[in-house]
Amino acid sequence: MEIGQHTSQQYDQELEEVRNMALQMGGMVEDRLSKALRALIENDSQLAEQVAYSDQQVNNLEIQIDEACIQIIARRQPAAGDLRLLISLIKSVTDLERIGDEAEKIARHSLSSNNLGSGSLHASLRHLGHCVRDMLRDSLDAMARMDSQKAVDVAKSDEIIDSEFDNLSRELLTRMMEDPRNIKGSLNVMWCARSLERIGDHSRNICEYVVYLVEGKDVRHSGSINTIGEGDHDHDAANTNANPSAPPSAS
Amino acid sequence: MSNATATTLDPNDLVNHDAETAAPKKGSVAEQQVDITEVIKELENLTQPVGQPFVEDQKFKTRHVDVFYDKTQAIFDANLDIGRNEVISMIGPSGCGKSTYLRCLNRMNDTIPICRVTGDLLLDDENIYDKNQDPVLLRARVGMVFQKPNPFPKSIYDNVAYGPRLHGLASNRSELDEIVEESLTKAGLFKEVKDRLQTPGTGLSGGQQQRLCIARAIAVSPEVILMDEPTSALDPIATATIEELIDELRESFTICIVTHSMQQAARISQRTAYFHMGYLVEVNETSTVFTNPEHQLTENYITGRFG
Repeated sequence: MEIGQHTSQQYDQELEEVRNMALQMGGMVEDRLSKALRALIENDSQLAEQVAYSDQQVNNLEIQIDEACIQIIARRQPAAGDLRLLISLIKSVTDLERIGDEAEKIARHSLSSNNLGSGSLHASLRHLGHCVRDMLRDSLDAMARMDSQKAVDVAKSDEIIDSEFDNLSRELLTRMMEDPRNIKGSLNVMWCARSLERIGDHSRNICEYVVYLVEGKDVRHSGSINTIGEGDHDHDAANTNANPSAPPSAS
Repeated sequence: MSNATATTLDPNDLVNHDAETAAPKKGSVAEQQVDITEVIKELENLTQPVGQPFVEDQKFKTRHVDVFYDKTQAIFDANLDIGRNEVISMIGPSGCGKSTYLRCLNRMNDTIPICRVTGDLLLDDENIYDKNQDPVLLRARVGMVFQKPNPFPKSIYDNVAYGPRLHGLASNRSELDEIVEESLTKAGLFKEVKDRLQTPGTGLSGGQQQRLCIARAIAVSPEVILMDEPTSALDPIATATIEELIDELRESFTICIVTHSMQQAARISQRTAYFHMGYLVEVNETSTVFTNPEHQLTENYITGRFG
């Protein structure tokens, strides 16, 4: 998978530009998530404010990237790898924007809950937060390198996040049953955890688009991403396919 | 018959792939180098095209087709099936052999003295290069439409009636009228010309002329229609009309089209064959070729990556 080498270098540039914008957007979103998490865990209301009301940049970038993709599609009629690149970018950008929104929600919830409660809850949430942050970083990494093997590995780690989320939910439920006065605070934590879990899902989507971009396979909703990577990943086209049936024998 | 007007062709222009490879084309910046010797080596090792070159219900079956222009080999061991009632498009850079291959299918290459075709080309299991095969009859079964509209300098009516008359397909005037009307209707031209059938065919617009040529080709009820860049001389609207027509004709004919417009191949064909330097590199469903081609060369070509 490569971007350059078009006869039209202008085309190379356009593709490179839109890809860079998407990666830049990924970086921004990652940064927002980190800040939101820090605000939540360290109870830093100033930082939370900063994240809660600065979504504009990410939104603008989303619009710019979509527009750039539309322009390229209209003017260049991309095919094959180029087409897959643009489609996967358009889709990734939507997920990135949602991740930005979730980060914003986390920041807002951290403003309204100034106490995270017991130590174990705090630790669980922090752990979940770090898992999600790492997953997002890794999926952006896979996107930047167009590394489908890495994307597959990262996508699989979504399961860990889901089970962490389940554990935390159970913990919260127990806490609420113990003492109704805990409900308000617990719900706040619940919302944050829920946002984090959603970010995990969006990161997984991004990984799936990377697989689509590189391999041309649609692995959404099928569970087939779990089976990828077990086979051979050689992409030397000359070796990939030789129709075993129908030998070219003359009759 | 339409193919009476064989366009002249300069073999050097078409096939000399040594010349093709030796001369780097425009825009070849240092970073754009494709290692030609590597590519040739890879192509030589390609015993058959990647993808699905063979189908169940084949109209044409071609195996081990080699074509030479004098000493230059233009096509190397092409193995390909063309399915019944399918539109198959042949794409590839200039001089890759796609037109040459197309011309083999109705023995148009016979008109070039230095051209030699070997291998098996079977139309409904019948060897079209058999000694007993009459090329004229073959070309009635396998019609052809060329890049430039080339109506005869006759009336619209006579253009279409020419083939049926030659082959004695109509026994009287009213039958001939019927064939002419039906062919023109199938070609989507009848409404536009029904009041001036006796005016010269050359007086029509380019798009109409091309449809007249298609009407002329289908007047003899061929089984296969070969089209060599049928819309490259037409404007977008005439092109759209012809493309629409091709889709309708698919019900009754098998259509084989050579095109330089990849978008056109993507729009109208069910299968796509990619030629490169005389080798048939990849044959696949069109939907696969344009979203996820198997061979790197195909990918490079359709995404515009050749220097």
